[in-house]
Amino acid sequence: MEYGMDYRPLWAVLVSLIAAGLIMLSGRRPNLREFWTIIAAVAKIVIVFSMLPVVLVGQVIELAPLEIAKGVSLYLRVDAMGMIFAALASFLWLVTSFYSIGYMRADKAKHQTGYFASFAICLSATMGIAFAGNLLTFFIFYEILTIATYPLVVHKRDREAIKGGRKYLAYTLIAGQLMLIAIIWIQVIAGGSDFQAGGFLAGTASDGALRVIAVLMLIGTGVKAGIMPLHGWLPSAMVAPTPVSALLHAVAVVKAGAFGVLRVVGFVFGPQLFDEIGAATALAWIAAFTIIVSSLIAMRQDNLKRRLAFSTIGQLSYVVLGAALVTPLGLLGGMYHIVAHAFMKITLFFCAGAIHVTTHKDNISEMKGIGKRMPFTMAAFTIGSLGIAGLPLIVGFISKWNLALGALQRGQGIFVAVLIGSALLATTYLIPVGQMAFFTTSKKFPKIGEARLDMLIPLCLTASIAIVLGIFPDAGAHFYQLAVNSAQEIFNNSSLTMGGGW
Amino acid sequence: MNELLSNIIYFLIAVLFVFGLYGMLDKRNFMKKLMAMNIMQISVIIFFLALGQKLDATLPILVHGLEGVDQYVNPLPHALMLTAIVVSLSTTGVALALLLRIQDRYEDLEEPEILRGMDK
Amino acid sequence: MSQHYPVLTVIIPLIAALVAPLAAYLSKGLVRVVSITAVFAALLTSMAALVRALTDGTWHYVFAGWAPPWGIEYVIDPLSGGITVLITFIGFMVAIYGLPFLKEETWLKQGLHYALYLLIISGLLGMVSTGDLFNLYVFLEISSLATYGLIASGGYRSTVAAFRYLIIGTAGASFYLLGIGYLYGVTGTLNMADMAERLQPIMDSPAVIIGLVLIFIGLGLKMALFPMHGWLPDAYTFAPPAVIPFVAGVATKVPAYVLLRMFFYIVGAGSGPVPAILTVIGWVAALGIILGSVMAIAQSDFRRMLAYSSVAQVGYIALGFAIGNTYGLIGAVLHIFNHAIMKSCLFLVAGGVKWRTGQHSISRYLELSGRMPLTMGAFAIAAMSMVGLPPTAGFFSKWYLVLGAINAGKWPFVVVIILSSLLNAVYFFRVIENSFLKKSAGGKQVLKDRLKTKKGLWELPVAMLIPIVVLGVGILLLGIFNEQIVSQVLQYTLPGGGQ
Repeated sequence: MEYGMDYRPLWAVLVSLIAAGLIMLSGRRPNLREFWTIIAAVAKIVIVFSMLPVVLVGQVIELAPLEIAKGVSLYLRVDAMGMIFAALASFLWLVTSFYSIGYMRADKAKHQTGYFASFAICLSATMGIAFAGNLLTFFIFYEILTIATYPLVVHKRDREAIKGGRKYLAYTLIAGQLMLIAIIWIQVIAGGSDFQAGGFLAGTASDGALRVIAVLMLIGTGVKAGIMPLHGWLPSAMVAPTPVSALLHAVAVVKAGAFGVLRVVGFVFGPQLFDEIGAATALAWIAAFTIIVSSLIAMRQDNLKRRLAFSTIGQLSYVVLGAALVTPLGLLGGMYHIVAHAFMKITLFFCAGAIHVTTHKDNISEMKGIGKRMPFTMAAFTIGSLGIAGLPLIVGFISKWNLALGALQRGQGIFVAVLIGSALLATTYLIPVGQMAFFTTSKKFPKIGEARLDMLIPLCLTASIAIVLGIFPDAGAHFYQLAVNSAQEIFNNSSLTMGGGW
Repeated sequence: MNELLSNIIYFLIAVLFVFGLYGMLDKRNFMKKLMAMNIMQISVIIFFLALGQKLDATLPILVHGLEGVDQYVNPLPHALMLTAIVVSLSTTGVALALLLRIQDRYEDLEEPEILRGMDK
Repeated sequence: MSQHYPVLTVIIPLIAALVAPLAAYLSKGLVRVVSITAVFAALLTSMAALVRALTDGTWHYVFAGWAPPWGIEYVIDPLSGGITVLITFIGFMVAIYGLPFLKEETWLKQGLHYALYLLIISGLLGMVSTGDLFNLYVFLEISSLATYGLIASGGYRSTVAAFRYLIIGTAGASFYLLGIGYLYGVTGTLNMADMAERLQPIMDSPAVIIGLVLIFIGLGLKMALFPMHGWLPDAYTFAPPAVIPFVAGVATKVPAYVLLRMFFYIVGAGSGPVPAILTVIGWVAALGIILGSVMAIAQSDFRRMLAYSSVAQVGYIALGFAIGNTYGLIGAVLHIFNHAIMKSCLFLVAGGVKWRTGQHSISRYLELSGRMPLTMGAFAIAAMSMVGLPPTAGFFSKWYLVLGAINAGKWPFVVVIILSSLLNAVYFFRVIENSFLKKSAGGKQVLKDRLKTKKGLWELPVAMLIPIVVLGVGILLLGIFNEQIVSQVLQYTLPGGGQ
């Protein structure tokens, strides 16, 4: 509380909102417009990372600038878990911004002003979600994110895009309304909804009522996290331009859902209560089901982006599984997987976009020998795929290792088998793309013709980060330390065994 | 029985009110609707006047020798109803003006005919 | 001067209404200046009265030295003061908005238009300010008669709609008056505060029950509570665009406010027949919300869609009354404010689109976002508010309503509110899709032909644009700062509030 009047969290939210306004106003001048995006992205990174040292030593920055409903404040609270998400999203926004500028210009896309403005609003909402200190604040930003993503999904304005947009809205709006019921219900039974490490719902209502609340909350967050059978919108939303898929459908939107699951389990119910009412076991099985089935579906997709979409669905369920294991290492693994998956999947999407813009190929079957033409891109792609498969020395391995230990901590080795099975499946649906690119030849790609530099550099950057973090998981933003802090906070025990973690 | 008789005016008023309401809802002719509306308004006005009445009381004008409140009719409902009558009059006026325009346009005041005319 | 603010708020538009035709005869410019100045003055005085009510507590304004209950008094507490500000504010905005529509009319039509418009405003303000039940009836009829006249000025179809509205509206007023008669018969008073006292011991007598039921029917008809909404769709659809944003925004809210006064202040929610009536209101409102939303989905005319959506939204307000606890009432009253602003905004947009394209059909809204970005932006905000998405105003009334419903254990109402949000989303996103996403089949040339380009290439005339943008931004501000309204204006005036 020493930092009571620290307005940095609010600025982190507002900076891209202001940028969105400026972007709208400077629609006629593309360079100025992109300048605003970059400025806002840099400013956001500076603001977010300036809070990092404070959070790392275990302090929490709190800010309640105004009351937004009777008895409920707009409450921003920067803790370790929020910091992970915020730091990740703000960093990747900058990377994606460069990439989007290249992509949108190379693709000669229309409506770019609306595109960049919506993008900025999405990032504001993401910061709000990361820093939300109570459920109402969380919900407000969650719904803003839903709406701000809609223009991006329907960006192409054709029949397919409109259909995808409808599906997206139907899923997310219904789920959002169900979550709203749960949030208000929690407000009634608990008298408040401020997040609290370890949960605040214990003893406030009967088990039956809590179960219903848990289901409603998990539907609300699970739709964005793509838990089966709520995943239907995600592949349809892949009609959006690739940078949207990259940042939003690999980092911001879907991770907001996964992050929401973690918040609900760790900070609303608390692991113990969540386990007691039986929600943990049910959720773990649903997550395991999603992991396996999505991998099986992914194998059958020929469109690269759709394949990545199903891979995303599976990978998100790793995070959900981590939450559902309700063990310290499970939560740690889940949280770290938000980071790990973000770097790997954004690399993969960047590559897909680079291929699309450079060669106008979207289907995997047409990509034979493409490694000859775009070696750097495909190398990055291969790194990403290996990471998804869980190869050591790439960041995906670290989270999976912790998840597996978490499963053992709970005494349910079966989930280790699920993790291994999924890794094996991943080798069958992603790695062959890289293999095909490099080890087959085709006349279609005679000579080297890489993507534009403003697309190539970001994708190489994220791929290298995936490797660096795989070797030094705590490098840079100290994501690993933050995740450890947060898991300890939730289990309210710093001496609790974190042993065996990476 | 005495109770019923002394209140019979109210029942009659209720019957009048219901007649008016029925006419407004049931009649297809706009003119008849308007007349039914007037009946309804008048029933309300009579109701108020009946409220002010007292047995063996006289006009509310002060007369020497009659000092008790019981000996005068309550003047307030009359005053109120003067206003209500004015309101009723102006409503009827507006309604008639509208009916004139409808008659001009559709050459009919039967609702079904007018609806048909609107669809054209 | 300052001690007369409550009455000035009502009187200024009234006098201006009388002057308006004369002013129009002298000069067309003069009538505009007179009318808009009058509404603006009323806005200022109502704001001043509200400020005083907030600082010094409820303000009882007594006429001509006749102390109540003999004389008539005006009562400005934070709630009624807030609603007078709402009426004058929207009245002011719509008065500006109407300017381009009336520009080419004759002096007589302009004069009458402004006279009637000011009469509506004055009547509604009187209804809200007065502390006397019969006085309320008179103001009700003043505003209603003026509304019939204005609606009738929208063309030959609107004449029929106005006549039907007149019949039903008069029936509603008669029901109300008859109900007042019953209450007057048993209490001998028409002053609200006095009646509240005298009713308490005789709450269960048949006369009171009949009186309250009659009043409920009367006000229900005036506020278009389902199933008494039959007059509303036609009236809203065919009324002239220069005035309908005001009527649609405010005219059904004031009877709702009167209902609130009647049941929660004069009678008291827990006593006599009120709980039974409120239960009926609740279910009727729930049904109305669902059916209104479904009917709205079925419409192809934008204004008609908004009209049916109004039926549903009035249901929200009534539902809040039926929930009956503090949160429910806060939700209901907040929704009076929110819905007034957002429905006005939507009708402003409808009028603006009509101005540009001459069309009201939703299927003709194609590609408008490019031509009228600000208008359509305001529309998008208002639509999101109607759906109840944060951080717009509509979300917060929904928040309080659901909070109240869960607190009271009324789960069916929770389901109804949530379901209706989703239905709202269906019909509003259809319009958003049309205006923002879909392309018109014939390409650019068709679009150009459709838009009346002679009236300016970009957007609407400034006089129309300003109110649209102000109300659109207002929806956002009302959402973000709703707590101020709740704690300042509503909390201490609502019965049982402040706990």
